[in-house]
Amino acid sequence: MNKLIVSPSPHDENFVKTHSIMLQVIMALMPALGVSIYIFGPRVVPLTAVCVGSCILFEYVCRRLMKRDNTIGDMSAAVTGLLLAMNLPVTAPYWMAVVGSFVAIVIVKQLFGGIGQNFANPAITARIVLMVGFPTINHWIKPLEYDYDAVSSATPLVLAKKGEELPSYLDMFLGKTGGSLGETCALALLLGGLYLAARKIISLAAPLSFIGSLFIFSWIAGDDPLYQILAGGVFLGAFFMATDYATTPITQKGKVVFGLGCGIITFVIRHFGSYPEGVSFSILLMNVLTPYIEELTRNKPFGAKEVQKNEG
Amino acid sequence: MKKLKGIKLKHRKNTENCATVDFPIPQKVRIPMSMNMGAACQPLVKVGDQVKVGQKIGDTDVPFSVPVHSGVSGKVTAVSDYRTAMGAVCKIVEIETDGQQTVSEEVRPPEVNDKESFLKAVRESGACGLGGAGFPTHIKLNPKTPIDTLIINGAECEPYITADYREMIECPDDVIGGVKMIKDMLGIKNAKLAIEANKPEAIKNFEEMAKNDDTIDIITLPSVYPQGAEKIIIYNSTGVVVKEGELPADGGVIVINISTVAFLYRYMQDGMPLVKRRITVDGNAVGEPKNVSAVIGTPFREILEFCKTDMDAMIKLIGGGPMMGMSIPDVEMPVVKTSNALLAIKSYDVSKTTSCIRCGRCVRVCPMELVPADIDRAYRIRNIDELKKLNVLLCMNCGSCTYVCPANRKLAETNQLAKALIPRK
Ligand code: SF4
Ligand code: SF4
Repeated sequence: MNKLIVSPSPHDENFVKTHSIMLQVIMALMPALGVSIYIFGPRVVPLTAVCVGSCILFEYVCRRLMKRDNTIGDMSAAVTGLLLAMNLPVTAPYWMAVVGSFVAIVIVKQLFGGIGQNFANPAITARIVLMVGFPTINHWIKPLEYDYDAVSSATPLVLAKKGEELPSYLDMFLGKTGGSLGETCALALLLGGLYLAARKIISLAAPLSFIGSLFIFSWIAGDDPLYQILAGGVFLGAFFMATDYATTPITQKGKVVFGLGCGIITFVIRHFGSYPEGVSFSILLMNVLTPYIEELTRNKPFGAKEVQKNEG
Repeated sequence: MKKLKGIKLKHRKNTENCATVDFPIPQKVRIPMSMNMGAACQPLVKVGDQVKVGQKIGDTDVPFSVPVHSGVSGKVTAVSDYRTAMGAVCKIVEIETDGQQTVSEEVRPPEVNDKESFLKAVRESGACGLGGAGFPTHIKLNPKTPIDTLIINGAECEPYITADYREMIECPDDVIGGVKMIKDMLGIKNAKLAIEANKPEAIKNFEEMAKNDDTIDIITLPSVYPQGAEKIIIYNSTGVVVKEGELPADGGVIVINISTVAFLYRYMQDGMPLVKRRITVDGNAVGEPKNVSAVIGTPFREILEFCKTDMDAMIKLIGGGPMMGMSIPDVEMPVVKTSNALLAIKSYDVSKTTSCIRCGRCVRVCPMELVPADIDRAYRIRNIDELKKLNVLLCMNCGSCTYVCPANRKLAETNQLAKALIPRK
């Protein structure tokens, strides 16, 4: 007879594990990746591969150097790599993809203790670092032409800032506009997001309050609200970044506040700022505020004595 | 009324249609002097003594305790030291049975004419909560504050277990009789029989039986774990919120397990104390899952063999349900008063605990609205103030958070360790 295993309760568990969650996120990004290949051409594939590969490599090396367990099996590095790729223009040089991966994995994630410990979204931070540090990266090509050397075209948001003619709503919804790899096709992102929500991997609280508040504020301010939510990285940010586990609040209430903050900041940057895109900054800013949001939106435990001040 | 959180578990009530079978009297029983909450008893017998069925063999002067009786007739062959599955240390009485099952003269219906004599009889019956917690019943039935609702816990929310369900199906008259008896003796106006929705037959049956009695309500609880937890069942059947540090009685309710009620009713008729109980035997190492009625003190090994358990494949044995039951370290341990289930398991995931990914699943399921991930973090740095702020003392160890955690963090266990850090007032 075996020696019986003695352990505290519970003795049963469900089979959703970290790596299976990450795998689902990768699955959910597949439609957007597919559309991206269609819109921006074959270069999408190697660029994505470089991002994913270098993220996994950096994760592995980092953990080795820090003498910690190897964590590439949890697939989170692959997700980060994929998200980073989604945030790059198709013309981004490969070395820049590697730099982005370095920033995302080494600086943002592992230096803060690895999965779950980082306060800022790795892919978003890497995107911002690249956009600010290497402005030449902002080189957008026309959709469906696959001409990587063409003179820089512009994203709808840039066109709008300049007051030029805009693509149709339908083209924007389907992704036939300039932009980074994964952000243009709202439909594909919506599909992925709804899939994750249906599998209970993400909650729709943050995406809805993000997109909803951006819509309402733009409308009040007299911008074209539909256009505002379809343009730029709103859907990518709302469904895949504002739902990141580590860098957004853990409670439902907190998630709503987070999304609201993102929507408002995006609106403010776009409406009042000189910068055409605000999604990345808004998410990063809200990442920083997340601990405070969590503090303020803590659930009131069932039957707790009412001693805390943040009642309600 | 707000809907409390919880998780949907596979019910796995494989034995719900298994009528209780009597387990034959074993050759030897070992009866621990501590089987429930409260003080351990001192043995009243010594080696060489003859004992009979129903004879009291252990007791103590401490009021928060329950006496112990023998379920067999035979000779005491040893009185030794014993460590229970809960870790308590007490004496254990070993009796070699003679197969006669001679009933003791002590066994006769108690004389009950008022509340005081009723409560005395309850203690003498050896009753404690049969749902697993083992709270002394005579203490529970004697609260300091007035009670207006008696809740009968028929949730049986843990997977596998059908012991209470079989009581409801096999002895419904004892249940209803017991409810009326307790209500009358204690002067409680209303009773609510709360049963989880996955037992429609029992619910229908009791609704029929209580049709003409408007002091007994049948409540259908949602099939969401953990309905059987005291605070949850109270809220879901009466709307009363039991505040931190308070007892259900402070809210005017008491909760009592359904099998305990039926047992008390029978005891008042025939005077046979708690010496036997129904156990659900199941789990993937068990060849023939069953409900058996076994004498307290029967070694688990014999029951497992009786149910054709693959002893070589079994790697884990659980006394109680998979969510809140206790690991049993040794198959020779005996059936005790609180043994409602015995689960023999042959596969157990021992995957490593990894970092919290802050997915929020633990928060989503905690019925007490706690934030287990934050408690875990605060516990690791021993931040007692933070632990207090996170209300860790409210955790009822239901196990839901650990169950759902994708990083295999042992959150429920951590919470119990964290509780121990907080100084009691
Ligand atoms: S369920 Fe586990 S991984 Fe998820 S937040 Fe809770 S502790 Fe962290
Ligand atoms: S064990 Fe405690 S913290 Fe975990 S779900 Fe149950 S009550 Fe909540």
